Amino acid sequence: MEIFLQQVVSGLATGGIYGSLALSLVMIYQATDVVNFAQGEMAMFSTYLAWSLMNHGLSYWLAFALTVTVAFVGGLAIQRLIMRPVENAPILTIVIVTLGLLVIFNSVAGWIYSYIIQPFPSPFPTTAIRVGSVVFGPHDLGAIGVTLVLLILLYAFFRFTSLGLAMRAAAQNPASSRLVGIRVGWMLALGWGLAALVGAVAGMMVAPVIFLEPNMMSGILIYAFASATLGGFTSPGGAVLGGFLVGVIENLAGTYISFIGTDLKLTVALVLIILVLLVKPSGLFGRAVVRRV
Amino acid sequence: MPPLLEALGLEARYGWTKVLHDLRFSVEEGGITTILGANGAGKTTTLRAVCGMVKTAGEIRFDGRRIDGKATEDLVRLGIAHAPEGRGTFVGLTVEENLRLGAYARKTKASIADDLDRIYQYFPVLLERRRQLGGTLSGGEQQMLAIARALILRPRLLLLDEPSLGLAPLVVREIFRIVRTINKEQGVSVLLVEQNASMALRLADHAYLLETGRVVMSGPSTEVGKDDSVRRAYLGY
Amino acid sequence: MNSEISETVEAASAGEVAARVSAPPRVTPRAWEVAGLLALIAGACLLPFELSGFRLFQFTQVFVYAIALLGLNILTGYNGQISLGHGAFYGIGAYTAAIMIDRWGVPYGWTVPVAGVLCLVVGFLFGLPALRLEGLYLALATFALALSVPQILKHFDGWTGGSQGIVLSRPAAPLGLPLTADQWLYFLSLGVLLVLFMLGWNLLRGRTGRALVAIRDNPIAAEAMGVNAALYKSLAFGVSAAYTGVAGALSALAIAFVAPDTFNVFLSITFLVGIVIGGLASISGPIFGALFIQFVPNYAQDISKAAPWAIYGIFLIVFMYVMPYGVSGFLRLAWRRLTRATAGTRPK
Repeated sequence: MEIFLQQVVSGLATGGIYGSLALSLVMIYQATDVVNFAQGEMAMFSTYLAWSLMNHGLSYWLAFALTVTVAFVGGLAIQRLIMRPVENAPILTIVIVTLGLLVIFNSVAGWIYSYIIQPFPSPFPTTAIRVGSVVFGPHDLGAIGVTLVLLILLYAFFRFTSLGLAMRAAAQNPASSRLVGIRVGWMLALGWGLAALVGAVAGMMVAPVIFLEPNMMSGILIYAFASATLGGFTSPGGAVLGGFLVGVIENLAGTYISFIGTDLKLTVALVLIILVLLVKPSGLFGRAVVRRV
Repeated sequence: MPPLLEALGLEARYGWTKVLHDLRFSVEEGGITTILGANGAGKTTTLRAVCGMVKTAGEIRFDGRRIDGKATEDLVRLGIAHAPEGRGTFVGLTVEENLRLGAYARKTKASIADDLDRIYQYFPVLLERRRQLGGTLSGGEQQMLAIARALILRPRLLLLDEPSLGLAPLVVREIFRIVRTINKEQGVSVLLVEQNASMALRLADHAYLLETGRVVMSGPSTEVGKDDSVRRAYLGY
Repeated sequence: MNSEISETVEAASAGEVAARVSAPPRVTPRAWEVAGLLALIAGACLLPFELSGFRLFQFTQVFVYAIALLGLNILTGYNGQISLGHGAFYGIGAYTAAIMIDRWGVPYGWTVPVAGVLCLVVGFLFGLPALRLEGLYLALATFALALSVPQILKHFDGWTGGSQGIVLSRPAAPLGLPLTADQWLYFLSLGVLLVLFMLGWNLLRGRTGRALVAIRDNPIAAEAMGVNAALYKSLAFGVSAAYTGVAGALSALAIAFVAPDTFNVFLSITFLVGIVIGGLASISGPIFGALFIQFVPNYAQDISKAAPWAIYGIFLIVFMYVMPYGVSGFLRLAWRRLTRATAGTRPK
């Protein structure tokens, strides 16, 4: 029972990270109908930025704040400069461009920071927290907390501010949005910025667990894909819930099903993605998309 | 005093096809102007040309200043509100969110709540439905929503694209009544594009008749309404 | 110009891009084209006696890549199904050859066709669920496939040798031909390449090719015209996988070694780079693409370990902007310009 609870909590911690990254994928998907294959690498790059800021003597939270700011501006700039020219191109073109971004971020990170695995600090205390006989990792609890705060902030932003409302409107109906004075192009760019910001937080939360290296996010990204697929690419809340679900499933399956262990974890995500796409392509919480023909 | 909106030699094209030829029309400050015409005459395109949604040549002046070539988003900020063809409802947002978006480009945000109240007085059905998603409204309700969303901008000029399209006669009469009230009470000038000529002529003070992208007749609506050919072709008596 | 208009203009140019990557109507090759091709083949046959060792191996690898790229191009370029996981089929082909030779002692000559047939079946089966996955979702699923392949290979270490991989010995030339192993593998790959390209050319220039392109450009219209989209799409997947599997088997023979981490997601992206650079929906494109992915990283590696990928990434994006139809499309366009310029002087 203790092991079960511990696994659930640590599943929730990684699940929150999958969910955050899934959320950033969904935000971009909803606004621009694009799946950003570079989302994970952008998060990885941001995490390296935080790491090198800390190496230059900045405190954790200062580096954190600077990193999310830079990630936001970077995401915005990528949309404006790189994605905008191919906005109306066929899907294949857009996929190829985001893959181009993926390999560029990956290789530039390797170039600058090398492929050596680095430890990344956790901002939370190291003493384990005991509740009865169950021991919880403080970083797990902290990561869950940070994820939840981030999600609540985002929810409030989209739900209650007029900018958030305008972003939702622009994603839904660009033509009408222009008619009420919304600058649609900038809303899409803001979406990319926010997605990059969320990704950066996810990167910094997961790096203490899986360590820092240029390929660190590829596994996380496939889990984020699985989460977004499970929750539904059209449902931000669903993607987050999907993340928590995938995190817990992954941990429990790894603990209790010996065949899977740790070395087939990615395959579990693959199977999950294909199964969901076949059985319920819109995901658990998504809307079925009516396609114009 | 110059008219509020004035088009001179206005042309518009979709791709290689020219759909408006040398249009000249105007809307007086505080007036209601209607553009009549059959399907495909270029009525909707005229409105789209005014708010920068199609490629145009020629001059468009608003309040004496050139506005042709400006982006749609910027025209909204000058006080031109457009209730578009097909109504342009944000189907996934609530009615109230739809209305709040109408005020997105407003300079004075302070009195939005008051304006919302007044708009709900014009359109009580929207108050009833304000927590519902826009997509769940009926056609008539969506048309009201489109007009309401345009009004909350506190526009100087309201562009209305076929508000009667697909609606029951009773609903149409209601909508026209509200447009007249708004025009009288708030001094909003209106450019109305309609196929329903008899209702439009009764509402408007000035009318233009459009055929295949050209103005073929214009004048005070009472005179246009008396013209024999107009009566035969558009009024049906 | 306002934003609404600029959008329609952009949409138009996007449509143009789509139109430009369409296969052009192929005509029967002219005599000089056949002559040129024969000269090229003759040149390729002389090459192994001029180059030696490593250089020759590199060209063998070019042929192998070209086969894999033609496979991917059938699926992604012609049929519009985005696969980010073709490295998986390459891996299956390679491991099929390695396991057959190393574990079961099968003569290497059998492994190449077996790898092709196996991948045909696996690809066809993967293509069946893929039918329900449109555009992005197929890209997602195949991307996930590409990411999990190394793990799967390592997991079944009883067969695959785990992370250590399998070491093979390079096959010697048969029938006492006076060729070194390098030369023999070169000719073997060239031969397979020629056969598969002839087959592919026959397949793509006719009815099947038109059906594939029609399904890509307008699936609904294609169905309405009586094209069995489901059948063609899964067949395209199968054939595409078979080509790539054959290439994988040849690469296992040429390198004489297979290891799971070779077949990672970056291999799949490399293939995509290859068809984008070479030219989507073109038969000559894979050759240019293969030359690119074989030689450019080699030179870029001198700058830094990371440089090849940075260059790949930049090439991917820049090509999408300026040459969405790749090198072969560019050459085709240039050739048309050239011939049109001189057309007036030619007798009708």
